[in-house]
Amino acid sequence: MTKPTPLSLHVPEPPVRPGDKPDFSRMTIPQAGRTRRPPLDTPAHDIHDLAYSVIRVLNRQGEAVGPWDPGLDAQALLHGLRAMMRTRAYDARMLMAQRQGKTSFYMQCSGEEAIACGFQMALGRGDMNFPTYRQQGLLIAQDWPLTDMMCQVLSNAQDRLRGRQLPVLYSAREAGFFSISGNLATQYIQAVGWAMASAISGDTRVAAAWIGEGSTAESDFHAALVFASVYRPPVILNVVNNQWAISAYQGIAGGENVTFAARAHGYGIPSLRADGNDYLAVRAVAAWAVERARRNLGPTLIEWVTYRAGPHSSSDDPSRYRPKEESDAWPLGDPVMRLKNHLIVLGAWSEERHRQLTAEIEEEVLTAMREAERHGTLHEGPKPGPAEMFEGVYKEMPRHLREQRTELGV
Amino acid sequence: MARRTMVEAIRDALDVAMERDARVVVFGEDVGYFGGVFRCTDGLQRKYGTSRCFDTPISESGIIGVAVGMGAYGLRPVAEIQFADYMYPAYDQIVSEAARLRYRSAGEFTAPLVVRMPCGGGIFGGQTHSQSPEALFTHVCGLKTVIPSNPHDAKGLLIAAIEDDDPVIFLEPKRIYNGPFNGHHDQPVVPWSRHPLGEVPDGHYTVPLGEAVIRREGDAVTVLAYGTMVHVAEAAAEESGVDAEILDLRTLVPLDVETIGRSVRKTGRCVILHEATRTSGFGAELSAQVQERCFHHLEAPILRVTGWDTPYPHAQEWDYFPGPARVGRALRAVLES
Repeated sequence: MTKPTPLSLHVPEPPVRPGDKPDFSRMTIPQAGRTRRPPLDTPAHDIHDLAYSVIRVLNRQGEAVGPWDPGLDAQALLHGLRAMMRTRAYDARMLMAQRQGKTSFYMQCSGEEAIACGFQMALGRGDMNFPTYRQQGLLIAQDWPLTDMMCQVLSNAQDRLRGRQLPVLYSAREAGFFSISGNLATQYIQAVGWAMASAISGDTRVAAAWIGEGSTAESDFHAALVFASVYRPPVILNVVNNQWAISAYQGIAGGENVTFAARAHGYGIPSLRADGNDYLAVRAVAAWAVERARRNLGPTLIEWVTYRAGPHSSSDDPSRYRPKEESDAWPLGDPVMRLKNHLIVLGAWSEERHRQLTAEIEEEVLTAMREAERHGTLHEGPKPGPAEMFEGVYKEMPRHLREQRTELGV
Repeated sequence: MARRTMVEAIRDALDVAMERDARVVVFGEDVGYFGGVFRCTDGLQRKYGTSRCFDTPISESGIIGVAVGMGAYGLRPVAEIQFADYMYPAYDQIVSEAARLRYRSAGEFTAPLVVRMPCGGGIFGGQTHSQSPEALFTHVCGLKTVIPSNPHDAKGLLIAAIEDDDPVIFLEPKRIYNGPFNGHHDQPVVPWSRHPLGEVPDGHYTVPLGEAVIRREGDAVTVLAYGTMVHVAEAAAEESGVDAEILDLRTLVPLDVETIGRSVRKTGRCVILHEATRTSGFGAELSAQVQERCFHHLEAPILRVTGWDTPYPHAQEWDYFPGPARVGRALRAVLES
């Protein structure tokens, strides 16, 4: 017997680093319109191929093609464009607010606007999202007041969360937007539980779970897939694969040789993989999965293929771990530009109208910000008082908290 | 009124709660068809159907995670963790989610759930069937932590916990599921049917959370205990001849500092008992509270009789478990100092 050679540890590395030329040659991207659209009640094992493909509708020419074309009218398309543009403008304004010291922290969703904005349109009133910190588009697409969101980010007197929560960790029950937690993946299994509750109650409401590809490594991702597989509740399990978990490329999360959509196969859960920068694909794929859930056909996992164009957060500098030009080289492009081009191809839009809308949105966001700042910013103006700190730990304040509040003198 | 074991009292509480409120759902590992490894959910699935009482995959994080989601929807989940020793995978969901949900969402979402878990030693359970992790919950703001010592309280406290709008950790000392245990492992087990607190009223009643009760009145020393240790305290007081006043705390958070303060101010002495390990155990909080509130009435240092700061051993069960002899020594020592 020959002596074995010494073992070596495999540590995945992204193909390129700062200073290198961006390289997405390892990505296989099918042409738009080529991926089949199965019936809603297709069993998981009949669509294994779709977990290794990418559902796309908009082609290079900006035309909507193939079986996944959702057939939206110009008004619906414009709604999507406007929602994405508002989300981007909101992000830009809030990042600036952070840079100006008006708040401590912010997280943009640049490049990922189509996913949340498009998905939200598939949901109905009473359905519940269990978002991460990068789905602000779920609120903005349903015209949730920007000022309300800004007040949370500024932790001011009008902050609905009374200054208790880090910026961007919104909560909006009325909008079907579950309270965001800083602890990753915890909400994924909670979404499954919420959907189970809907089924137990004989309701018709559905839940949408959200997670980034990095957090799929957390054990709650596995727990969620097991429970979703066992009880078949009405839940859509979204995985937003934006290639990066802070500085760790998706290979470190286990995506080096397999897709995240393929994870669902082991659990017997139908799974789709879609172009997350294609608003039309998002709308169609989301509608397919939501309809399946609503008809009691069970859970669906969707991997949204996208790219985190901005820094992870206002505390992050991506140029330290990836090429600066990588975002521009991303083969699925920019979701706003692609939908804009589609509308122009349809004859429903123009550069001029786009400029006008951009200016209108800029004005809208600025006005909302002025209104929000009237209620204070983190360090200036009115804000939630210290007595608020002791409220809401329990439904009724127990004696020890009353004593501590007195100790603080408030 | 009927004689019930603690297991029967817990099952009865679940039955009453499920009957009264269709939002109450019961689930965990083996709790459905089989009725639980300790029989606490026996018959519930038959009576209420599989959508109200069901088995779950072996995933503590999953069990509590879905419970939080169900609570957010509007149900009132009662989740079981088979042994308290196995709650650690669920700790993130308990601490970061259930306990914080009301606070972080400013009341938009709440987690009105109960997590039942058998705890405690004295059964040759070794390292992973004997632990008492209550201090890991009492340190978490937003949780209530409850631990009954008898069938009457177990039923009343569990119904109160299920009806409470905040998350409640409900620890069930498994050593006293079928009868009180005073630490005399060499004596035959006494069934609950021969104990006055084995009398459990039929139907709905509650024992309010946050209220301690005096199990034995006395003048010489206040003993603070909960769970199995209440019975050990009673035996130790009897056998040592020390006129101890024994408090059964029942709820650790929120803590009934009034009853504790009244008693210690009367006796001037305090001994704290728990099975859990000593360092940073709940006894440390109790000791601090007594010292802060009763300093000028104290005639001796506060003593703690607890499990040792070791993992719970197997062969050395009775050298580890704080039995009546150790407690008796502490009672005499606190009188002499």
